[in-house]
Amino acid sequence: MKLLTLNFLTCAVKTCKSSSDSFPLHPKDAELASDDVEVNPELLVNLLPRLDWKALKTTSAEVFLPSCIYPLGFPQLPDSPPTIEQLQSDDKLLKDLHSLLMETNLMEGKLVCGVCGHEYAVREGIPNFLLPSHLV
Amino acid sequence: MEYLIRFSQSHETFRLPELQALAVLEGIDMEVVSYSLDSPFCIIRLPPSSPPITTTTLARRLIRRSILAMSIHELWGHGPDLASVHAAVKSTTSPLWPSYLSCSFKFTLDSYQGSRTSDQKVSIINSFSYLGFMGPIKMRHPDQEFTLHELWPFNSTPLGIPEPNHLYFTRYLGSSLRDLPKKLDLKKRRYISTTSMDAELALITANIALAGPGKLFYDPFCGTGSFPIAVAEFGAVALGSDIDGRSIRGDGREKTLRGNFEQYGLLGRLGGTFTADLTNSPIRKQELGSDGDGVRGRVFDGIVCDPPYGVREGLMVLGVRDPEKTPWVERKGREMYKQADFIPPRKPYGFLAMLDDILQFAAQTLVDNGRVAFWMPTANDEEQEMPVPSHPYLETLSVSTQVFNKWSRRLICYRRIPDKDVDSAAVKAREERKLVGKTADELNPFRKAYFEGFQTPPATTGTSTPAAPATETPPPN
Repeated sequence: MKLLTLNFLTCAVKTCKSSSDSFPLHPKDAELASDDVEVNPELLVNLLPRLDWKALKTTSAEVFLPSCIYPLGFPQLPDSPPTIEQLQSDDKLLKDLHSLLMETNLMEGKLVCGVCGHEYAVREGIPNFLLPSHLV
Repeated sequence: MEYLIRFSQSHETFRLPELQALAVLEGIDMEVVSYSLDSPFCIIRLPPSSPPITTTTLARRLIRRSILAMSIHELWGHGPDLASVHAAVKSTTSPLWPSYLSCSFKFTLDSYQGSRTSDQKVSIINSFSYLGFMGPIKMRHPDQEFTLHELWPFNSTPLGIPEPNHLYFTRYLGSSLRDLPKKLDLKKRRYISTTSMDAELALITANIALAGPGKLFYDPFCGTGSFPIAVAEFGAVALGSDIDGRSIRGDGREKTLRGNFEQYGLLGRLGGTFTADLTNSPIRKQELGSDGDGVRGRVFDGIVCDPPYGVREGLMVLGVRDPEKTPWVERKGREMYKQADFIPPRKPYGFLAMLDDILQFAAQTLVDNGRVAFWMPTANDEEQEMPVPSHPYLETLSVSTQVFNKWSRRLICYRRIPDKDVDSAAVKAREERKLVGKTADELNPFRKAYFEGFQTPPATTGTSTPAAPATETPPPN
């Protein structure tokens, strides 16, 4: 699963949806893998207004601190989201965002909800969001 | 200028929705001049364009990724017989002739539902000699290709009908992606299952839903990935989920959904897959009615899916079928749900409720003017036909039907209406249909009718009008 997907996923438990702490989910014991994907500026520009920038910052901090996929840590994203024009004219930012969203894959580990603490297991890059009957 | 589109005479009800979707995708203001389900020839009009883009370029763009159109041509003249075609060509296109005086060219005859002897063909082609083309005739890769298309009546050869109904004289401009379904053919795909969608129909669905480069698409019932592959083939990044993780994982080695993307060289466009249930979806959504800019808080450009009909593939969601009768199921679940091999219990779900959930989900997650296209089955018998579901935040754009023996399936496409254009009365009027029942048959009228062989229910005794139109299904609300 590309990290892009993580920016669109929250806890599946209905009672958690109302709380802002259920998003983003927090990766735990994450194992990452990196794919080589061609940069697609059109996609990034299209998705920029839909990305939750704060959540993206959180995710990148949580994912990369304990992992060694980028030995020097992942390049810092700016604190506030760039405008579409800024993104289009900043090749480095485009590339950083691309490698974070499109090239980095979450392969193993858990995704933890900040409200209910439910842990969604990720195996072979596929998270499992199915809930037991007392939570649906 | 008018243009002729040569369609394939198959999946007829899908052709115009696909063409209209492509016009939206390419930003072309197209007007359909004449079209019929019985004919492969469609005449359209394109507006004059501003340089440097010529109308010819627009015409080529219009069908460059069509699956059901075969080619597009500049229409030089048409009429009910050869004489009227000549008259039209002479009166309107003579200023064009000098441009083609010296280039290489070929003439072909495209007879639909009819045939000509080779002598007839030669004399028809020679009747165009007044065009005065002097260039070499090349049967392979000519600079220009001129075609006389003939529309014959059905079965004209055995009936001995001598002349076609209508003729069109054209200059070839460009072709479509009619061969793309072969590349994605299920027979050559590494990993499929019983309900994998046919490659051609999956690609048509992707076209109708406006899949394209830079867009994000989602299939909540992805199975082995037929729709994610189709949208990725057109350049979109695809997310997929399924309630059954096994269908995504496959055998964990080569035969996996990911392996299919790998086979077609589309891995870069596989956004991610996850195991989830649409009724308890982890996708973040926005409550309807909040006045946004139509993008922020939304997620997808398009949603395409073929939800389970409950016949070959069970229609289940998370939950316990009968919590009172089997209290231990939930109790055990509480104890064991944290174990890695725990499989959550599932219960049968209503088909109509599922469709309603898809529409609600689409309304909450699509950007403005984003599209949702899904398949639903229905009985051919009018009395058992299922209505097209509706939603106040979605405009129904097209309904296309693929007919089988006793049942059909429809591809229905909707557009997300911007919040400000939503009819508030319709929102108020929207009442959740209360569907009751616990077994699969009670919840799914299509499944019940399917296993009962689509028999018409016996007419009530005492009524003298057996097929009263009053018993027809009312139009959907």
